Amino acid sequence: MTIRRAVARAGFYVLVACIVLYTVFPFYWGIVSSFETGSALFDADLLPSNPTLENYVAVFEGQPFGRNLLNSVVVAAAVVAISLALGLGAAYALGRITFRGRSFLLLLVLSTSMFPQVAILAGMFELIQWLGLYNDLGALILSYLVFTLPFTVWVLTAFMGELPKELEEAAIMDGASPLATIVFVFVPLLAPAMAATGLLAFIAAWNEFLFALTFTLSDEMRTVPVAIALMSGASQYELPWGRIMAASVIVTAPLVVLVLVFQRRIIAGLTAGAVKG
Amino acid sequence: MTARAEGNPPASGMARRRTTTAWLFLLPSIAALGAAGGWPLIRTVWLSLTDATLSDPSDAHFVGLENYAWLVSDPEWWRSVGNTVIFAVVSVGIETLLGLVIALALDAHFRGRGLLRAAVLIPWAIPTVVSAKLWAWMYNDVYGVVNEVLLRLGLVAAPVAWIADPDYALAAVIAVDVWKATPFMTLLILAALQVLPRELYDAARVDGAGPILTFFRVTLPLIRTGLMVAIVFRMLDAFRVFDLIYVLTGSTEETMSMSIFARRELVEFQDMGYGSAAATLVFVVVAVFTVLFVTFWRVRLEPVR
Repeated sequence: MTIRRAVARAGFYVLVACIVLYTVFPFYWGIVSSFETGSALFDADLLPSNPTLENYVAVFEGQPFGRNLLNSVVVAAAVVAISLALGLGAAYALGRITFRGRSFLLLLVLSTSMFPQVAILAGMFELIQWLGLYNDLGALILSYLVFTLPFTVWVLTAFMGELPKELEEAAIMDGASPLATIVFVFVPLLAPAMAATGLLAFIAAWNEFLFALTFTLSDEMRTVPVAIALMSGASQYELPWGRIMAASVIVTAPLVVLVLVFQRRIIAGLTAGAVKG
Repeated sequence: MTARAEGNPPASGMARRRTTTAWLFLLPSIAALGAAGGWPLIRTVWLSLTDATLSDPSDAHFVGLENYAWLVSDPEWWRSVGNTVIFAVVSVGIETLLGLVIALALDAHFRGRGLLRAAVLIPWAIPTVVSAKLWAWMYNDVYGVVNEVLLRLGLVAAPVAWIADPDYALAAVIAVDVWKATPFMTLLILAALQVLPRELYDAARVDGAGPILTFFRVTLPLIRTGLMVAIVFRMLDAFRVFDLIYVLTGSTEETMSMSIFARRELVEFQDMGYGSAAATLVFVVVAVFTVLFVTFWRVRLEPVR
């Protein structure tokens, strides 16, 4: 019995090791490759034999990668700020107030988040041209709201609905306006939920590709995912893998660190969005 | 509502004020979603009924269902539909199985559980474009680590061009999606597992049920709804797949998805009407799928924690 148990235990740990290897290896391999150039890049060594920062320097020289990073930060930060500000108000209405049409609005919000991005591509393109936002970061900020806002509203409504009624009643008794109640009573209590949803919205905006590819044109207006996807070498068949890996590590490392630091909150936010049957 | 309000004047004033407040606070979000989602969607559907071109959308003429008629007789469109269905079913199927295994492992108490959870989150945190590039590099036909390992293990005689070879391209794309999306599946399944009371397992053990029987008779039926929600979320995502395939294999026929087909017509071929028709069909597929699911499973649409 004890032997069987020991074997089962060992088997379990082998399984865990396999899972960790599977999930971590591709990124690890990208990091290793980003520190290699020339022929070293093409050897399958588990550690860079001659580590060099050459690729990291080259990424910023051949193209406006610094500008691309800045674009991504600006777009993602703006999208998060707008989503949280609007989402908080909507969540207050949907989570704290019972009124006719509430269920319908919730359904509408949820169905918007199911929109395939490609289905609004043509209409959005037209709207953006009409607004004069083509090849402008404003086009991305506007279009990204279609997937960050519904999600933010949904999750914040879930958290908002849970807070005790007395809190709000006390604020109303004190003569606080609804806006003041949201800002001074709910925001402090919802700070963790807002951090989680904000982070998820940031990641979604940071990673977005289809709109960024379609609504921007010049290298200077690209966000990082598009910049990485379009990186090319001297010929189509000679992709600069070292540089691509370095750029990938630059845009991914902060994200991975953030996700690992906030993993509990992120998991809570991700699963709070789920519908319960 | 009005009848009740009349009987109780002070409360009615209060309730009415609350309702007005609700709509006021909702207005900005409704306006934003209307501008970013509703209006563009309506315009896409309209454009699909015209012969609009991308260079001059204003010069569009109503052509009825002509674009759709072309679409249903376009073998390339049907190829992309087939690819998308295979992609969605196979990758979500594998992700469900893998997600179940990893979630069950994470639900157990053992040393190093935190490490496993952190490791599982990594592929989820990596941007899709970066995932595609990481794997494209590993798949490289000359210098890729995948070929290197397979050669050393003697599993292949010569390096394989995983992405360029029509026989392997779709499988290669699916493998990357599985790697990237399994964490999401795992987390949703884990959330469903963690609300199960521990006593259930104890009771099953007392009754002499082994782990496999316990899984199929106790665990699986209880997490069924959570599992279905996770599968549907992933399916909806898979049906609109774009980034991963675009970056890995471009617009090759073997892997083209519906979204890639629609964007190619729209942007590269500048045929706004035809591209919009394809995009509208993607929307219809996703919408029908969602409605069927919600009705069939009687999912209660309420935000809950």
